Amino acid sequence: MTRQTLLALEGISKSYPGVKANENVGFTIGAGEVHALLGENGAGKSTLVKMIYGLVRPDEGQMTLGGAPFAPAAPREARARGVAMVFQHFSLFDALNVAENVALGMDNPPPQRELAAKIRDVSEGYGLPLDPARLVGDLSAGERQRVEIIRCLLQDPKLLIMDEPTSVLTPQEVNILFDTLRKLASEGTSILYISHKLEEIRTLCDGATILRRGKVVGSCNPREKTARELAELMVGTTLTPPERAKIETGEVALEIKGLSVRSLNPFGTSLKDISLSVRKGEVLGIGGVAGNGQDELLLALSGELRSAPAAITVLGQPVGQLGPNDRRRVGLLTGPEERLGHAAAPDMSLLENAFLTGAVRRRLVRNGFIDWLETKIFAEDIIKTFDVRTPGVLTAARALSGGNLQKFVIGREIMQEPAVIIVNQPTWGVDAAAAAFIRQALLDRAAAGAAVVVISQDIDEILEVADRFAALNEGRLSAPVPTKGLTVDRIGLMLGGAHGMHSAEGHDHATA
Amino acid sequence: MLRLEKRPNPSRFWIYGTPFLAVALTMIAGGIMFALLGKDPVAAIKLIFLDPLFNGDVASYSRPQILVKAAPLVLISIGLSLGFRAGVWNIGAEGQYVMGAIFGAATGLAFYPTESRLVFPLMVLAGAFGGFIWAMIPAILKTRFRTSEILVSLLLVYVAKQILASAALSFLKNPEGAGFPGSRNLAQIPAMANGELIAGTGLHWGGVAAFLAVGAAYVLLQRHILGFQIKLAGQAPRAARFAGVNPDRLVVLCMGLSGALAGLAGLFEVTGPAGQITIDFGVGYGFTAIIVAFLGRLNPLGILFAGLLMALTYIGGELAQFMLGLPAAAIQAFQGMLLFFLLAVDLLSNYRVRLIGWGAR
Repeated sequence: MTRQTLLALEGISKSYPGVKANENVGFTIGAGEVHALLGENGAGKSTLVKMIYGLVRPDEGQMTLGGAPFAPAAPREARARGVAMVFQHFSLFDALNVAENVALGMDNPPPQRELAAKIRDVSEGYGLPLDPARLVGDLSAGERQRVEIIRCLLQDPKLLIMDEPTSVLTPQEVNILFDTLRKLASEGTSILYISHKLEEIRTLCDGATILRRGKVVGSCNPREKTARELAELMVGTTLTPPERAKIETGEVALEIKGLSVRSLNPFGTSLKDISLSVRKGEVLGIGGVAGNGQDELLLALSGELRSAPAAITVLGQPVGQLGPNDRRRVGLLTGPEERLGHAAAPDMSLLENAFLTGAVRRRLVRNGFIDWLETKIFAEDIIKTFDVRTPGVLTAARALSGGNLQKFVIGREIMQEPAVIIVNQPTWGVDAAAAAFIRQALLDRAAAGAAVVVISQDIDEILEVADRFAALNEGRLSAPVPTKGLTVDRIGLMLGGAHGMHSAEGHDHATA
Repeated sequence: MLRLEKRPNPSRFWIYGTPFLAVALTMIAGGIMFALLGKDPVAAIKLIFLDPLFNGDVASYSRPQILVKAAPLVLISIGLSLGFRAGVWNIGAEGQYVMGAIFGAATGLAFYPTESRLVFPLMVLAGAFGGFIWAMIPAILKTRFRTSEILVSLLLVYVAKQILASAALSFLKNPEGAGFPGSRNLAQIPAMANGELIAGTGLHWGGVAAFLAVGAAYVLLQRHILGFQIKLAGQAPRAARFAGVNPDRLVVLCMGLSGALAGLAGLFEVTGPAGQITIDFGVGYGFTAIIVAFLGRLNPLGILFAGLLMALTYIGGELAQFMLGLPAAAIQAFQGMLLFFLLAVDLLSNYRVRLIGWGAR
């Protein structure tokens, strides 16, 4: 089947100080094609789609859309030409309802009542049911994404750009999204699909362009390649999955009993009666769709949220009432999801950031004064052991790439030899090589006798590292099950299925 | 077209270079303003910046005045800068300064007519306590009821000024003052006077305290865990909580410290240069100190220089008013320009300015 070309890029280059984000990039998307843009974090995918959407201008190169030259100076111009985009991070207001949020993103919104009717029409037509009058703050992540998609569909786009759309969805929700996208494609809408999840691309996309370090390194029909071949094209080297020696688990190191904590955020998820226990040498994976209480669970464990003393015990010692540093003293260390601003202070040097959590266990304070020499040894140790690429310890944390900073932050905790370590999204937005390194480091820590808890939205990651799996759904934790023999479908159901969604094709994946 | 690009690392050069650039730009813009007012701009700038130091006719008076004016500014600024770094905005140092003076003076006068020199240290403690207590009001309201410390501390300035007026008119009024408002002149009571320590320098105990505060703040910020927590809480509040910093404790600490230092400044002023509690004792040091804190980039050494510079423009400004007939408002506008340019060029340390031709779109 030959398709008419909708969008063509030729010789696109874009530089930022110190980096070439894109260099001589070219590819074409046919009408009605689902085209994948594949690459690791930092490969230049985001910059490229921002240029197509008019957020960034290319330094060199041309684009044509529907045969005519296309050089949008602003997203408004791109939208006028029929380009719509669903961002990875939603731009929605929690305190407004669905219709109001949709109106805010439109150039000429119709009156509310008309808009609400339209939203209902489109949402039912594409199998994305959505009540226009509901508050966005009450919606799940999957439903929020539907708001964004419907906002785009109302503008009748010729090209729909989707940036990592499945990172917030359960497997069932992913299937429903794919049915919607296929229906759109069959009606002639082209879709540019950005992801680094290979299996998804193999099931959904007709063509793929692979980027590495800003350059096109290949294009293919993803259905004809194995996931491994795609991964190696994307990374440029052969990958080795993390290994773990079979270890005997020891006594219980972390025990949580009936932990209930109110969220600090009015639209956050409070924790409800959570119980679990993790033994020495064991890795527990906690899965869940974003916003189901992961952040609150981490805060409750780090000591930023307090609870009853006996709700959390570490090595038999109650710690629920203790603050972060007292918990560190006991041996409970944590790695929050947000690297910049939570795990690390962006404008502070790596030296200061090493001190940030290392002060207690590394004894970096004497009579209230900071031992900067000792801190420097600690920071350099982290940088060396965890292969953090940085000019030195005085570099600001924000100057590091995501992967390097994450290696530093996780390394900082592991190097303090925790008895219990809890990490939230340890490899989010990190390149494949760094992700493999971090997972291996966590497994090594478990092998050294620590209890490890990995909270992650990446099911593949959990299956790779965890011995047991538990799902966090609306602030409740399921009973853990062994990961051995667990299927993605079963995990999806544990994560809460598809929250009552229906697919565009009519069959209901939630009950499949 | 100009475009700003964020630097990956803050520029070391511009962190130290911006205050000088700001002073230079202020001289240019101020010169234009003076020219528009029909005055010789070069003479006016020279009068403000150079004559107080080097003109033989006035320097013997104005040179010591620089330390006299800089001491309270630096002392208050150091305290404020710690809070500002932690994101605790004490805008009411003027009130704490006034309360420090009233507490200190009242303590001294309670022992009148003692000749024991021990009363002076006691007054110093009372002055620091007065400022501390006045700053505790917004601090505790904030930690208990989440009120804005900005508003509460600012409004308490006006309460303090009412108390000042009442002190000058009633409870601290000089019984031998022939009915005039104002307390006894403390500078003339040997046991309570804060006189010049080295003749001809203008250095009094307030100056000594200011230098000590600069040194202590420097060590605190560079080496002490409290300084680290202050910086961390200001830059990344969530990371601070993760690091185990208690934000409420930090609010109380920063407010208390800045209040105590402002109170000290008030005490040294009322026992020295001002001499007595009068209705117009508060001349705005507490507000100017905010400018000094930012002019010095919230850095102790920077504040020392900024305080001296600000004192210089005060004295030079008075000189220019007197010699050239410049209106007082023009001098205030000139000082305002200094703060404006400083904040404006501040972005050079974190951003790079690029010139982009119109053709390159």
